Amino acid sequence: MRGLFTKIHICLTSQSSKSQHCSVPIQTSRTLKMAKISIATVFIALISLLLTLTHSFSTENPTDRRILVLLDDLALKSSHSIFFNSLQSRGFELDFKLSDDPKIALQRYGQYLYDGLILFSPTTERFGGSLDVAAVLDFVDSGKDLIVAADASASDLIRSIAAECGVDFDEDPSAVVIDHGSYAVSGTEGDHTLIAADDFIKSDVLLGSTKIEAPVLFKGIGHSLNPANSLVLKVLSASPSAYSANPKSKLSTPPSLSGSSISLVSVVQARNNARAVFSGSLDLFSNKFFKSPVQKAGSSNKYAKSGNEQFVTELSKWVFHERGHLKAVNVKHHRVGETDEPAIYRINDDLEYSVEIYEWSGSSWEPYVANDVQVQFYMMSPYVLKTMSTDKKGLYHASFKVPDVYGVFQFKVEYQRLGYTSLSLAKQIPVRPFRHNEYERFIPTAFPYYGASFSTMAAFFIFSFVYLYSK
Amino acid sequence: MAASTDTTAAAPSSTLRHASGNILAFFILLLIGVLAFSIRLFSVIKYESVIHEFDPYFNYRVTQFLTKSGVYDFWNWFDDRTWYPLGRVIGGTVYPGLTLTAGTMWKVLQMLNIPLSVETVCVFTAPVFSAFAAWATYLLTKEVKGVGAGLTAAVLLAMVPSYISRSVAGSYDNEAVAIFALIFTFYLYIKTLNTGSLFYATLNSMAYFYMVCSWGGYTFIINLIPMHVLLCIVTGRYSPRLYIAYAPLVVLGTLMAALVPVVGFNAVMTSEHFASFLVFIIIHVVALAYYIKGILSPKMFKVAVTLVVSVGLVVCCAVVAVLIAVVASSPTKGWSGRSLSLLDPTYASKYIPIIASVSEHQPPTWPSYFMDINILAFLVPAGIIACFSPLSDASSFVILYIVMSAYFSGVMVRLMLVFAPAACIMSGIALSEAFDVFTRSIKFYAFQAVDTVSVSTVSPQNNVVETDKKEDVLKERPSRKNKKKEKETVEKPLKKSEKEKRPLILPVEASAIALFLTVLLGAFYVVHSVWAAAEAYSAPSIVLTSHTRDGLHVFDDFREAYAWLSHNTHVDDKVASWWDYGYQTTAMANRTVIVDNNTWNNTHIATVGTAMSSPEKAAWEIFNSLDVKYVLVVFGGLVGYSSDDINKFLWMVRIGGGVFPHIKEPDYLRDGQYRIDSQATPTMLNSLMYKLSYFRFVETDGGKGYDRVRGTEIGKKHFKLTHFEEVFTTHHWMVRIYKLKPQRNRIRGKTKKSRSKMSSTKTRTITKKNPWH
Repeated sequence: MRGLFTKIHICLTSQSSKSQHCSVPIQTSRTLKMAKISIATVFIALISLLLTLTHSFSTENPTDRRILVLLDDLALKSSHSIFFNSLQSRGFELDFKLSDDPKIALQRYGQYLYDGLILFSPTTERFGGSLDVAAVLDFVDSGKDLIVAADASASDLIRSIAAECGVDFDEDPSAVVIDHGSYAVSGTEGDHTLIAADDFIKSDVLLGSTKIEAPVLFKGIGHSLNPANSLVLKVLSASPSAYSANPKSKLSTPPSLSGSSISLVSVVQARNNARAVFSGSLDLFSNKFFKSPVQKAGSSNKYAKSGNEQFVTELSKWVFHERGHLKAVNVKHHRVGETDEPAIYRINDDLEYSVEIYEWSGSSWEPYVANDVQVQFYMMSPYVLKTMSTDKKGLYHASFKVPDVYGVFQFKVEYQRLGYTSLSLAKQIPVRPFRHNEYERFIPTAFPYYGASFSTMAAFFIFSFVYLYSK
Repeated sequence: MAASTDTTAAAPSSTLRHASGNILAFFILLLIGVLAFSIRLFSVIKYESVIHEFDPYFNYRVTQFLTKSGVYDFWNWFDDRTWYPLGRVIGGTVYPGLTLTAGTMWKVLQMLNIPLSVETVCVFTAPVFSAFAAWATYLLTKEVKGVGAGLTAAVLLAMVPSYISRSVAGSYDNEAVAIFALIFTFYLYIKTLNTGSLFYATLNSMAYFYMVCSWGGYTFIINLIPMHVLLCIVTGRYSPRLYIAYAPLVVLGTLMAALVPVVGFNAVMTSEHFASFLVFIIIHVVALAYYIKGILSPKMFKVAVTLVVSVGLVVCCAVVAVLIAVVASSPTKGWSGRSLSLLDPTYASKYIPIIASVSEHQPPTWPSYFMDINILAFLVPAGIIACFSPLSDASSFVILYIVMSAYFSGVMVRLMLVFAPAACIMSGIALSEAFDVFTRSIKFYAFQAVDTVSVSTVSPQNNVVETDKKEDVLKERPSRKNKKKEKETVEKPLKKSEKEKRPLILPVEASAIALFLTVLLGAFYVVHSVWAAAEAYSAPSIVLTSHTRDGLHVFDDFREAYAWLSHNTHVDDKVASWWDYGYQTTAMANRTVIVDNNTWNNTHIATVGTAMSSPEKAAWEIFNSLDVKYVLVVFGGLVGYSSDDINKFLWMVRIGGGVFPHIKEPDYLRDGQYRIDSQATPTMLNSLMYKLSYFRFVETDGGKGYDRVRGTEIGKKHFKLTHFEEVFTTHHWMVRIYKLKPQRNRIRGKTKKSRSKMSSTKTRTITKKNPWH
């Protein structure tokens, strides 16, 4: 009974956090399977059911449920209501708070109260309550998701949160993105700070499978990304004619940010698969931009509605793990012709490796279909690298020969694709050399030697016989 | 001593005295065995019954595996817990003699219903075998110089400090059984040489097989015996006995040696074994020459000689040329690094730092000779002289043995162990001869005093005749065919020299004083040996003690750290440390290690050395690529434990730099000096080893950071670790364990908002748990 309790405990701990190692879900399912045999099946089922209900955010159900929205001004709640309503209609519980509300708390008793955080408070210098930069970053580091919208005159607080995630907003506080080439044509001929951007990242995972036809309206500050940083992605970049400067003053020095290196909206997927969206414009999410018609300067196409709504909705689906979340389960390997998993392989064994990969569709796990999932048989460097074949039902499979090298190998699946959560599976397996009796007893090339030794023995016998008995 | 006088002076009522002498000798031998065993128990009494040092832990682990899984699984054991990720084929890379011996002892004890644990058997294997070694020494010396010398040599060997240092209870290493095997093989060789019996020759090759199973030092045997054979041939001492002693050993011995997996084809492929084959050919040529000489007339023989010599020379030249070509084609000339460093003492320090870095491969200092063999150093020359009068096949062998082993011990301190038995044999002979002379002269005068009849002329001659007879008996057994010839060739000069030499009679006073002084000398030796056994060589080195004014301090940090590892880390976690601690970590903590004391892969060790000498980030990357979770360093700066990792650090730099040239030794030295104080180089102060050793060290003595081993204040006192975090430090800070931090979850942007960042890092350091407070 005591052992059972510890097992349950393992279940709880593994489910409460979004794990980056994929071994945990396997373990969970296995422990559950074992427990099913026992009498306490009902209890455990109940407990795990309760768990999944209360702890909505889990490995089994990765979509966020409870989201804290911090606003500068409660007016934003109505001015951005289309965005919020779309979230609520998809089943999210939004908790609106003013950013300087002293009762803000992300966690209570060590448990996070929210699965996601939306910061629509670009001017806030200090959050209320216990929230600060470190708390927000810890939130992200524990696998939770984040949407940050900055704006012209974004506060240091917002800038430092972004910088910690690898997004560098223009340091000049008065600079905004100006584009005299692809600004949005509007009634009032302004200073070209309202941009119609249509340079999207080409990714169905991030922006959905339907193409965003209309340009996205953007008004705000730009940011740059470190090209060496593999975790951040430009989702919406500025056109080559854009630059970042103060529109009111005359440009005396070349702008620090210019051209398509300016990113307008970026996403971050941390190593623990926590996701974040950084936008230089708060208005991007507003009802006004959602509804306004758009015409890009120099283009005759006029759209009745901007692409903002589609863009933001699709992006929010991605950031809250409704799309692009993979899981790998049932890693199996065995010798060809056997079914049990051996503790050790021998060199030159033929083996089969299989893994099941599923993608979260927002409500259920669907088989993930791709033709580029590879398995490595790895010891300091991959000895075997093979693309796995799939049965289109989520099962990936490869069979290969163990190399003629002994050592401690690993089955590795390192699957990192744009927009998808990264899968990195590693399973250690030793490979031993032949046993002493697994070699061939006689090898044809050595027959001269066998002949030599046996003829010598025979000759010696005859010699002894003759020598001893010839007289 | 009583026995020696006993046997030599046994003249008239010989059978009875012989019998009593034999019984006496038997009991003396029994007591020697008890002495050899019990003098090695100090470590158990003073500390506990525990395996010592480093290598014994591996042997212990292997023995455990053997007793659990049986011989075949042991033979095929692929160990995936060492040398990660390469693994190690234990069965094929280990000398199985010790393990099989202890395993068999354990099995036998189990069958007798004596339930001893494997560890206990392992702890007491060495003392038991040192008793065997003492008896083997008796047998060997008896073959050379008679029972008296044998007993003396056995006593000396039972407590020679050099041998004690490797065979105290708990020192469960190959040498423990190998020294016995070495002496016993030599005994059987001499026995065969003296008797010419094929039975002993076969036993000899089996003893050689046991030696090959036990220790890599078997190459000493397979080179020494051919050298002796060659010596005998060159000095005209060739006899069929010599042939019988040698030829079966080479054939059977090589065949059996090739059966040991770790030796395998090396038995015929490496240069270490070439000498034996060369001499094998030579002895056949010589045997043929003697045979032809026997059947041909002298004139014909001369013709034959010129013919054979001219043809033989051509053949020899061809063979030698082929040999040289084969040997020269290999970069190390076919020799293993360790053997090469024996031939050229500077070889290792020049080319192979990994061999030079091992303390037991260093050349010994002069004091260590006095420490390890004490008075034997003075007695050895006397013994050599005694061996020359008369020079027999056997005594020429022990002379060769001592000369060779004296050279080797001068090259490598570890080989002092091979030298010690030779020194004991020589000293035994010397002491026994001395006692012989002194007691004889005292007896002579005593007889003279009692009986004024001219005994003086009779007694010594009697003596001579008696010894001659004995030798005749001894030598008369060889195969009947060659008896006559052999007597002519070997015995005649012997006899002549014996007869010419009058026995030495000293004045009674002088001999009495000399006798007293000799006994005193022996007493000193006993006192020194017991002191060495009790104080110098019984520390298990995993538990350290120190005496201060406040009393005894025990430092049990190693076991504390290993216990922490075994209780607090996952069973498959990899622990990186310098290779010294590899065996202990696998045996005591049961965790996978990257490198260990079986230094078979230089590159792998160099990788760890490079990581230790690199800055934190580079080191983290190296360790991460090896899946390392924890890094263990040994640090003695707080308590003054001098053999810590900082003192070994230059070896890590050298070995690492040997493979990865971006690590350069001069970068770590300031003006050629190795220092860790404020004068140290930045490379040194930023190396991982420095950081892991001295992290938070200033907190121990209020900001000074005084290193008690190096005797200075450390150079860089306050620093943070970026890629590692401290997880455990033992009570006396001797072992420190760090964990690799996981990769950053996010990659920070380039913007430096100093104010906000400062605040964030500050809160982090405060919230981080410190396990030491």
